[in-house]
Amino acid sequence: MEVVSSIRPILTLLVSAIAAVLILVTGERRRNLRELWTVLASVTKFSLVASMIPTVLAGKVIESTIMDFSPGITLQFRVDAFGIFFATLASALWIATSIFSIGYMRGLNEHAQTRYFFCFAFALNGALGVAFAGNVLTLFIFYEILTIATFPLVAHKETREAIMGGRKYLAYLLTGAALVFFSMGLAYHLTGTLDFVGGGFLQGHGSDNLLRLLFVTFILGFGTKAALMPIHEWLPTAMVAPTPVSALLHAVAVVKAGVFCVLRVVLYVFGPQLLSHLNLWLILAYFASFTIIGSGMLALAQDNLKRRLAFSTINNLAIIVMGAALLSPSAIIGGIFHIAGHGFMKITLFFVAGAIYVKTRKENISELNGIGRTMPITMASFAIGAMGIAGTPPIVGFISKWYLCLGSLEAKEIVFMFVLLTSALLDIAYFFPIIYNSFFNRPKGGGNSGFDEASMLMVVPLSVCAIISVILGVAPDAFFHFFRVATVAARNILGMG
Amino acid sequence: MTLPFPILIIIVPLITAFFIPIVGWWRRGLCYPLVIVALSVSVVSSIAILHMVGEQGTIRYYLGSWDPPWGIEYVIDHLNAFMAVIVSAISLLVAISSKRSVERELPQKIVYFYCLFLLQVTGLLGIVVTGDMFNLYVFLEIASLAGYALIAIGEDGAPFASFNYMIYGTIGACFYLLSVGYLYVVTGSLNMADLSTILPRLYHSKVVLMAFAFFIVGVGLKMALFPLHVWLPDAYTYAPSAVSALVAPLMTKVGAYVLIRIIFTVFKPSFSVAVIPATTILSWVAIIAILFGCILALGQTDLKRMLAYVLIAEVGYIALGVGLANKAGLTGAILHILNDALMMACLFLVVGAILYKVGLRNVHQFRYLHRKMPITMAAFTITALSVIGIPPTCGFFSKWYLVLGAISAGRWLFTAILLLSSLLNAILFFRVIENVYFEPADAHHGGGHEEISIDEAPLSMLIPILIVTAGILSLGILSGKIISSIIEFAVPPGL
Repeated sequence: MEVVSSIRPILTLLVSAIAAVLILVTGERRRNLRELWTVLASVTKFSLVASMIPTVLAGKVIESTIMDFSPGITLQFRVDAFGIFFATLASALWIATSIFSIGYMRGLNEHAQTRYFFCFAFALNGALGVAFAGNVLTLFIFYEILTIATFPLVAHKETREAIMGGRKYLAYLLTGAALVFFSMGLAYHLTGTLDFVGGGFLQGHGSDNLLRLLFVTFILGFGTKAALMPIHEWLPTAMVAPTPVSALLHAVAVVKAGVFCVLRVVLYVFGPQLLSHLNLWLILAYFASFTIIGSGMLALAQDNLKRRLAFSTINNLAIIVMGAALLSPSAIIGGIFHIAGHGFMKITLFFVAGAIYVKTRKENISELNGIGRTMPITMASFAIGAMGIAGTPPIVGFISKWYLCLGSLEAKEIVFMFVLLTSALLDIAYFFPIIYNSFFNRPKGGGNSGFDEASMLMVVPLSVCAIISVILGVAPDAFFHFFRVATVAARNILGMG
Repeated sequence: MTLPFPILIIIVPLITAFFIPIVGWWRRGLCYPLVIVALSVSVVSSIAILHMVGEQGTIRYYLGSWDPPWGIEYVIDHLNAFMAVIVSAISLLVAISSKRSVERELPQKIVYFYCLFLLQVTGLLGIVVTGDMFNLYVFLEIASLAGYALIAIGEDGAPFASFNYMIYGTIGACFYLLSVGYLYVVTGSLNMADLSTILPRLYHSKVVLMAFAFFIVGVGLKMALFPLHVWLPDAYTYAPSAVSALVAPLMTKVGAYVLIRIIFTVFKPSFSVAVIPATTILSWVAIIAILFGCILALGQTDLKRMLAYVLIAEVGYIALGVGLANKAGLTGAILHILNDALMMACLFLVVGAILYKVGLRNVHQFRYLHRKMPITMAAFTITALSVIGIPPTCGFFSKWYLVLGAISAGRWLFTAILLLSSLLNAILFFRVIENVYFEPADAHHGGGHEEISIDEAPLSMLIPILIVTAGILSLGILSGKIISSIIEFAVPPGL
């Protein structure tokens, strides 16, 4: 594969680091200037990432090496198709979230907004670093930056509940990181390298049982961030965070970084061949299926809207992991594509939850009767997102599910197709009552039924995300070339050039 | 050819230490600048030496032009030069920051404080440049005696803590001296290089075995290796802030250096690993030290005392790396000497700054501190992350090598405990960070915070803190360079 040297990956990371510092220096007194930094940084970041897409689509890899750590390990960014895919998603959604955040934080007159925007910029830095990392050690560095930068965001409200949520978050993620640390050391000890290779680099090193142990520790380690069951508990608890945080970090950057890392391990560290040799792929796929069904059922029982969305996130993350675990071409494409598809749909849903909360201070589904009459745009977006997640065409969720179902047939494991279909039914079961009640039920005790939307700073981002979900469903290559990038990535992994 | 730098490193602070009482009797205000100048000379010469060693290999300096093994020889190889830079640089930074806190805490004793301070630094530097076992003892005692006195001028419990420390320290020194004597009896030499060529023939001699055991106990006492650490928490808690910031990062590290010298230079790995299972025992002791330090630190609410226990755990890390006796482990240990010296210096300097500014050390009273002292607390947070081992701070990288060492030694339990200790450290430090940064939720009704104006520590304290923090942030990323240009050469061949 052709390698292009460029400093663009480093610049992309520097943008949000510099923005973070500027945000801190500007402070609360000049809040408009401070918000300008966030928006500027997000737009610049996205353009830098977008400028790399054509190179990657041409089958090249963009590399920039900074430092040697020790023999065989460098601090290196290596932008391949899979990396650019995640980077595009995270940076595109950061623009939407930045604008939404401004509306949300000001609408609620939140405290410590400087800290909030500072940590947000840093978290994005972490997410993009994870996307661009060329080896496990570089990935781990940014993985940890992401973990730490998110902690103040989770505990933002500083109530007892929020602080406990933050602690739980840290306890889970740092334990996971410790496992990753161990696995990384073991992998390095076995092979003397940690560079990602499409198709894996572990083959031929170590005994089978040692590799199985390594796989388990790797997946448990990164799986905490990807909220695989039964190590998902931190995610619903972390929903005490402000909604934009839940939106970007708990539907896109943090948990998706976790899934991204799991996929990196499955596809770029172990590789399809080794996994089928070790008979691990089926176990991982069943493990993911358990999460898919389990989280879908638990979602039914939640009354808090954000908690329900959290369980739906867990459900979808597991779908992505399952796609990778099936190791067949369509399943990998579908799994990778679902990272983006789910990102757009889920962020819409979280934005809606945020807009409702800012406008009415309502958090529970049982209180949402008739809300569609006062906030029609918001709730229409919600309907689009929810139906998309359930897999209704022509919304983007359909495409990924279609490919995933194809993939399970290619892998000759029809069970997983039924898992996917069951999960789609569960999606309908926990989302449609919300849609129905908000549009067709009357609010208890009458109340205002005139048009009364939240601030435009919130409505515009959420409806744009909903519209993009539809467009991506019709034309999966629109704007970002997500589908082509996913295909290129799948080809790299399966060694088809 | 002999160059003057090796002797300049220690002679300048030594001579200055004697001049300080005279100058101070005349003009008290001159002591501080004099200390800074003397230590700057040490820093410059040790950096020059590190550079020379990098270019031309080991440097030997014969004191009084007496040839070894009869005369005293200063041998500076990569490890010595590395240690000399750490010791001199950290003591310079601590000296810079000491100005205001000494004026506040010990107004009557400024002159004697600085005299002892320099003596302590002289002792520490002497230990790391000498190539002679007895000379090392002399410097060890200079450093320790100065340390006892410095700690004793602290707050209420200090004299007692210092007395306690003195008893333990003296026992340690006795052990060390006895074993030097034993080796002298059987070999007739005190020179390290000479000893290492004579000793292999005597490896099975009971006297040599005894001497080795006494060495380990003696040095273990000086470096506060569990279970010989009992003097440390009290001594470092009650010492004046400037003193804890000096001795906490350096004394234990210099002890670790002596341990590495004895195990891997004076005695060869073929003895310390193969003849007796010294390194295995050491690694087990170290792993208990790590757990013990972290767990006891959990029970402390006094930040300074908590850090003292963290220090015991950190000493455990270094000893573990030595005890693993493989390349990755020892690399981790030597790297951790540097990293931990920086982290402990930063933490104790921050504690000093907090004590100076708000007079608090109970972590539960730290509320709102991030708004009074934003820069200091940011430095504290970064250092705390480094102690936990979060990349890209430097603490992660030494831990990485230690974990690699444990894995390649096939010690799964040690690997697990290393990782567990990271988590324990996370609990320890996030508890403090929560107290500092989070405010009771009812204090901000709908966005309004009560105004708390910034009240930072004076610049003389802030600048050293910032320099050390910058080091913590950058040396991790640069660790590859440090290893390939310095530590590679410090790891004995055959590991």
